[in-house]
Amino acid sequence: MNKIRFNHLLGLEGLSSEVITEILDSAEAFLKVLSRPIPRVPSLRGVTVANLFFESSTRTRISFELAEKRLSADVVNFTASSSSMNKGETILDTARNIEAMKVDVVVIRHFAQGSPHFLADRVNAAVINAGDGSHEHPTQALLDIMTIRRKTGDLKGLKVLILGDIAHSRVARSNIYGLLTMGVNVKICGPSTLIPREIESMGIEVTHDLEEGLDWCDVVNVLRIQLERQNEGLIPSLREYQRSFGLTRNHLERVGGEKIIMHPGPMNRGVEIDSDVADGPGSVILSQVTHGVAVRMAVLYLISGREQSIE
Amino acid sequence: MNKINTQTQPQPPKGWRSYSSDKLALRNVLLIDPAQNLKKRADLIIENGIIQQIGEITDGWDGEIIDGSKLIACPGLFDMHVHLREPGYEHKETIYSGCHAAASGGFTGVAPMPNTDPAIDNPGLVNILREKAVGFPVEVHPIAAITLGRKGKNLSEIGELVDTGVMVFSDDGSPIVIADLMRRALEYTNMFGATISEHSEDASLTMGGVMHEGAVSTRLGLPGWPGIGEEIAIDRNVRLAEFTGGKLHIAHISTAASLEIIRRAKKNGINVTAEVTPHHLTLDCSLLDGFDSNYKVNPPLRTKEDVIALQEGLADGSIDVIATDHAPHAPDEKEVEFIKAPFGMIGLETALGIIHSKLVLTGKLTIERMIEAMTSAPRKVMGLSDVSIKAGETANLTLFNPDEKWRVDRDLFNSKSKNTPFHGMELTGRAVGVINRGLVWIKDEK
Repeated sequence: MNKIRFNHLLGLEGLSSEVITEILDSAEAFLKVLSRPIPRVPSLRGVTVANLFFESSTRTRISFELAEKRLSADVVNFTASSSSMNKGETILDTARNIEAMKVDVVVIRHFAQGSPHFLADRVNAAVINAGDGSHEHPTQALLDIMTIRRKTGDLKGLKVLILGDIAHSRVARSNIYGLLTMGVNVKICGPSTLIPREIESMGIEVTHDLEEGLDWCDVVNVLRIQLERQNEGLIPSLREYQRSFGLTRNHLERVGGEKIIMHPGPMNRGVEIDSDVADGPGSVILSQVTHGVAVRMAVLYLISGREQSIE
Repeated sequence: MNKINTQTQPQPPKGWRSYSSDKLALRNVLLIDPAQNLKKRADLIIENGIIQQIGEITDGWDGEIIDGSKLIACPGLFDMHVHLREPGYEHKETIYSGCHAAASGGFTGVAPMPNTDPAIDNPGLVNILREKAVGFPVEVHPIAAITLGRKGKNLSEIGELVDTGVMVFSDDGSPIVIADLMRRALEYTNMFGATISEHSEDASLTMGGVMHEGAVSTRLGLPGWPGIGEEIAIDRNVRLAEFTGGKLHIAHISTAASLEIIRRAKKNGINVTAEVTPHHLTLDCSLLDGFDSNYKVNPPLRTKEDVIALQEGLADGSIDVIATDHAPHAPDEKEVEFIKAPFGMIGLETALGIIHSKLVLTGKLTIERMIEAMTSAPRKVMGLSDVSIKAGETANLTLFNPDEKWRVDRDLFNSKSKNTPFHGMELTGRAVGVINRGLVWIKDEK
């Protein structure tokens, strides 16, 4: 394995189906590692990984950290609250410091779109985008695709509905890029104020009718709705959002058929998704979390260019 | 006696030389002055800063002779939209560095915008800026703020500013938000025959926007600055110009729909003029793909269709003026996260080369129209006297070599700043000399 090399993982836009498949296949192997009594391999021994989290995040940060430790990497963490960013350091100086410290891999979460690209242009380290503003969140989409593939076996021709605030969602964008590359049909559903005007140019369809979307799809990926959207005047209220776009058992029963239910978390139960859907049949939400660690191990492993086998 | 090369005088840009204008001739130069339908090859003789004769140097003429056989001489280029950042932001640019940049770009006149700190809203400041340009072959004609401190509330003392010679007013950088204030500004300036130059933007539609809203912003997840945010503001301002009879100049238009509003307004006899930048004429929003903040400008780069429409609008005269919106920023200000970077790119030292290479040599624009849009058209909007290539007139000329191939190198700029996306681009056509105010600065032959 490890035939395909890539220098950075900045997004899924432009990534080939071969590379995505290789990452998913590696992730399957790491998933087996994770179920061992001692879920640790020496693949990244001697490799230093810096997790730079300029925006607060719990699950992505922990998932990356766990993946790094399971691979025996040396791990350092910078988080927004403790980092020099709060002391006015620019991202350029941060980049130069990383370079000076001779870090091998940088995992970056940042509130500003394009920040991982900014770093990648300026450091020798491999850069992994752990979410940049409303641009991309490639490892999340990879774990979503892995979860779908494990559930359905084949991705080609599958229909995925992405439900919610598309405009502000990096998860949506990365999913759209990755799913389209893998031959999946994508439709998005949400209020017109949270869907960018020219989104169809990405090669997807739009509906504002939840049940129409549900009727069409095999998989529904529910996105988190932020309370801020109400204050920004983009939706009248969370209550009205829930009324039109909250996923309930009733909706699923009315359209019938089995749907795979996904959510990148953290969930607003009772708003974008009801508890009996999140915890009910068809929900793969917790599997997504497990797959997240495996996918991140795969990305770290492939990006580090190490030749050791996983076994 | 040549008084130019004294310690206190500004020196020409590196690689350029100062000549006396006491007795100077450009031999066999191609003279182009569209305003008087002049296009001919001749010897141009200057004495004491005045064009003495257009004809032939007689035997035994004892002045300095410069070979003009490869050169075009046209009226001095004028850029009516620059930011020279003084006072307040001298780390980005100063009158001094800005005048050097202007000269090396072939400009003999510039109009700095008043978004300085403090804002240019009084005659004292206007005069200080003008004085700082003394010794350059570049005139500085400040545009003064419409409102005191550019705060968008009370009108500046426009009457007194007009007496100082200011004929264009703008709160550039900030649009006039309140429609009634724009009405009053147009009414008041109209008393003096002065013009309002407006950065037309409805901020409620563009809040937080960092690039053109469309397919590319959707892909990149960047907040959009939609074309409608400009068009609604232009529409409002044009209607107010019609209502008041005031003179309105629309700064840096960027969309095809904006152009249509201006075409319609001109057809209806409304007192409106418009300008477009070299970057909106040649670059489109797909270039933001790599998150390079040098492409981040306000108004933003638009679609390919908009670019083509603007080129046509400039060619047919619907758009009057080419202006650079030269907006210097220090590297540490621009080299940050894309959404945090300030808007703007510099343009004085690339404008002529860009327009000549990308529009004239490709047949989209005649050389006469290019010269007109960079000379007489902006001077007219600015309320400045005409510049003509004619015996008896002051020599205010730009010399350029239309065949010189060169590569844009931001490290060789005279500007204090380097924020240009044109770095590394191969261009054909370059300014090689400026003559104005009795000063002659000419680039050395390679």
